[in-house]
Amino acid sequence: MRALDIKLLRDFLRLWAQGLAIALVLAAGVAIIIMSVGMSRALHESQSAYYEENLFADLFVDARRAPVSLLPEVLSIPGVVQAHADIRAFATIDRPGQAKAATGLLISYDVRSPPLLNLPLLRSGAWPERPDEVVVNEPFAAANGYTLGSRFWITLDGKKRAVVIVGTALSPEFIYTQGPGALLPESDTFAIVWLSAPLMEASYDMAGAFNTLAISLLPHADTEMVGDDLESLLAPFGGRAQRDRSEQQSHAFLQSEIEQLEVMATFLPPIFLGITVFLVNMVVGRIVSQERAEIGLLKAVGYSDLDICLHYLLLAGLIAVIGIAIGSLAGSWLALSMARTYAQYFDFPSLVFSVPLQTYAGASLLALAATSLGGLRSAIAAARLEPAVAMAPPAPANFRTSGIDWLVAVLRFSQPARMVLRGITRWPLRAAATLIGVALAVSTLVASAFFPDSLDVIIDVGFYQSNRQDVAILFSPDVSASGLEEVRRLPGVLTAEPQHFHQVVLRRGPVEKKAQLSTIRRGAELTQVVDGAGAPVELDARGLLLAERLADQLQVSTRERLEVRFDGDRQETIAIPVAGVVTQYFGLGAYLDYSEFNRLFGEAPRMTAANVMLADPFNAQDFDEAIKDIPAIVSAVNMTANRVNFLETISRNILVMTTIYVILGGIITVGVCYNAARIQLSERARELASLRILGFSRLDVALVLAGEVMLLALLAQPLGWWLGTQIARAMTESFSSDLYTIPLVLNPATFAQTSLVVLGAAVISVLMVSRRLGELDLIAVLKTRE
Amino acid sequence: MQCRCRLAGLAVSQPEPDQESSRPIVFRTEGIGKVYGQGAAHVQALREVSLTFYDGEFVVLLGPSGSGKSTFLNILGGLDTPTSGRVWFRDLELTSASARTLTRYRRDHVGFVFQFYNLVASLTARENVQLVTDIARSPMQPEEALELVGLARRMDHFPAQLSGGEQQRVAIARAVAKRPDVLLCDEPTGALDSQTGVQVLEALKLINDEIGTSTAIITHNAAIRQMAHRVIFFQDGEVADIAENAARLSPAEISW
Repeated sequence: MRALDIKLLRDFLRLWAQGLAIALVLAAGVAIIIMSVGMSRALHESQSAYYEENLFADLFVDARRAPVSLLPEVLSIPGVVQAHADIRAFATIDRPGQAKAATGLLISYDVRSPPLLNLPLLRSGAWPERPDEVVVNEPFAAANGYTLGSRFWITLDGKKRAVVIVGTALSPEFIYTQGPGALLPESDTFAIVWLSAPLMEASYDMAGAFNTLAISLLPHADTEMVGDDLESLLAPFGGRAQRDRSEQQSHAFLQSEIEQLEVMATFLPPIFLGITVFLVNMVVGRIVSQERAEIGLLKAVGYSDLDICLHYLLLAGLIAVIGIAIGSLAGSWLALSMARTYAQYFDFPSLVFSVPLQTYAGASLLALAATSLGGLRSAIAAARLEPAVAMAPPAPANFRTSGIDWLVAVLRFSQPARMVLRGITRWPLRAAATLIGVALAVSTLVASAFFPDSLDVIIDVGFYQSNRQDVAILFSPDVSASGLEEVRRLPGVLTAEPQHFHQVVLRRGPVEKKAQLSTIRRGAELTQVVDGAGAPVELDARGLLLAERLADQLQVSTRERLEVRFDGDRQETIAIPVAGVVTQYFGLGAYLDYSEFNRLFGEAPRMTAANVMLADPFNAQDFDEAIKDIPAIVSAVNMTANRVNFLETISRNILVMTTIYVILGGIITVGVCYNAARIQLSERARELASLRILGFSRLDVALVLAGEVMLLALLAQPLGWWLGTQIARAMTESFSSDLYTIPLVLNPATFAQTSLVVLGAAVISVLMVSRRLGELDLIAVLKTRE
Repeated sequence: MQCRCRLAGLAVSQPEPDQESSRPIVFRTEGIGKVYGQGAAHVQALREVSLTFYDGEFVVLLGPSGSGKSTFLNILGGLDTPTSGRVWFRDLELTSASARTLTRYRRDHVGFVFQFYNLVASLTARENVQLVTDIARSPMQPEEALELVGLARRMDHFPAQLSGGEQQRVAIARAVAKRPDVLLCDEPTGALDSQTGVQVLEALKLINDEIGTSTAIITHNAAIRQMAHRVIFFQDGEVADIAENAARLSPAEISW
């Protein structure tokens, strides 16, 4: 090994603590890139491959009952490549030995003409041929411990029927499956069930007809044109507005996960790489100034400028190597734990999520670029040092009187305090960089800590203020509201209230938007419309109440009229004025008074949901058993149990997330503060040793050393809060979609906590360096030349 | 007769006999001057210095602080460039050479010894010498160079584990390991006591005698002049006097 390389390694070993502190910051950036970019690519690629192989459709349309003979016409619409029609319905599943009913989405499967789109992938067994045979989605079978030959009951259009599992399958339509009304995927209580087509036709009176249509399009087909054609074709048959992929539940959730990973990949790594650039710049700069004589010597004996430049760049490169190694390991581990979580929520045929090699390569290149950029200025300065000048001792640091001296004089600062202040004014750029580094650590924490605060609000508003029912009983199709009396008589029910959902298209001028219109009784207690602050908003008999985002998208304000097209059974368009606008976090809600709706249509009240309050929601077996046998019920969502599960899951995730971010913030702070203090120590060793000789105590001297870093860390707090708020705002904006929006909630306590974490880490870093004061060899320091 | 040796584009012909003395010339300077700084802060470090150094010569440069000795030596070594005048190493004009050429020149022809040794603290004695042998064209083994200065048994010690005299001898070993044509020493005994200083001077004399390396030594120490072929006195950036020693003393005979 060349002597110069030996020097490089020994220098690096000598600086291991500083190098490691920087490498950890870099590693955090690398790990986040590997995890977020790697996982988003892995998800995206798994998704694309799955969609491509199993012909995932581009458009989805529901109708009440459309004749199969319509298909040739569908295929003749310009842009349409393929179409597949089937029959679908929700039904209650009674599982042997389980009090609580499960919900199934039943899909007809015709073995004589298998699907042409959204091809389900048979994982075991065979497709159903006989009326009592079914294929269920693999996660449902697994969650209930079902194997081929297991049996359960399905209530098919009011008739309970025993069926046997003959196969398990997965489908690109159901990568993410969430039952009606559920908050999280629950594989044990929601099933996708494929039944033989003749049975479905007979049960739902659908011979020669379909109610669901999937369509694939040419790559550049005009989706809107095709949609319009489809709409007019299906309107007479109870057709609903078509949905594209973005409105398909499974696709939308998967896509939103991919986008969240992309947001993370966009916002976080630049912070870590930026701090690395600054830290490497600071440390290599210091080394170069310490090694002036050695640089001069190397040049004197004939090493070229390039040799010297590369020597210091390699030193920075070694930090990159350590950072890349740690970051790759941590990133792979994070990606693996992420993949395990995904395996719980997303059902892909193969659960191998591997981070592509290019991601590792890309992250490594970025890491190298960051350290090289950080080291470049000092490496070039080293290369440019004139050898004769380099070997002469450097001129003493150039302290001048500045504005701060006036302040110092007025406030009668002690000499050590003056040293601290002059240190800052002497190297304003370095002080600014330290301050910004700490501020970025604070901002990383603020930008992550806002999430639990925001979730608290969302959960409170969404699950405790607006939906207070214990159970939401869902009917399909809707039933007469007179059924409410029957619900009230169910065991354990205290009160019940009706709610009616309608799929509508809202239009104002050229702008239209699909939405779910919910009609609720005025004065209802179990469900109510609440605004962003959690205050109930009374429904107005004069018209619609719209979620703010929906009103914004439709560019409509209060008292203006909207055209409301009711799809499905009721193909009607009526104009309704907007009575109010309300801030909401979930979905694009539209609300109308229950009686007003019935008045508008002049019909007897009906309902899609009965919201129920139970005497004891945690002990409701009788209730569960009773509703199993009510044919019209497709699902009974136990909101109370859901809330508990959801909160548990969320708080577990938040705990993991908060821990990770606190570690990241700590790494940044230690990286910045440790290096800043360490450099101070090396620059001021003579001064500090002189102070000791003059009779200052170790504590006094430690305060001079710690003073500057801690003062800068304190000053950095407000900047960090502000930066963090900006990052949090940008993040909430990029997370916001039609599915949900995240409010920006930041409590004063959050700022206080983040500052405590960062200042704590700063104190620890400074203490680590202060320990070295004890090792100062006073005589040796004073004897050696600068 | 000229034997041209070409190395990586830098060709320097072998010693050329001086017309007057018929001795081959190593360095020739023609009216060199050096100014540091500008305006009121300007310092005239050298004025119109014209000198000739001969092959195998042992020259001592004497003079008070600020007389221009170090500047002159740095210019000879290609570490610095004059503001006026011209300098040749054999037939290579240093004053018109590019930075790249000067780097090659230092790498191939010059050995430096400094007052504060300038050893790399993180490298052992052997590795400090290796720093030079790694890039030199036909160097000695680092061990051989260290043996030459009497440090064969201290090769694996770090600078911090060596005495001042030992450190300076490592620096000399490092300077001679490349078999340089010239050895330029700036106060090599300045930081040493008399006894260790003598050891260092002995090492320098040995190299001058055995290898024939032309050697120029800057010193404040007038006693050292007695071991030189020639003594050049600097005063206020000019050559004040040149003296030749008819009889040279050996280092052992010198003390201060």
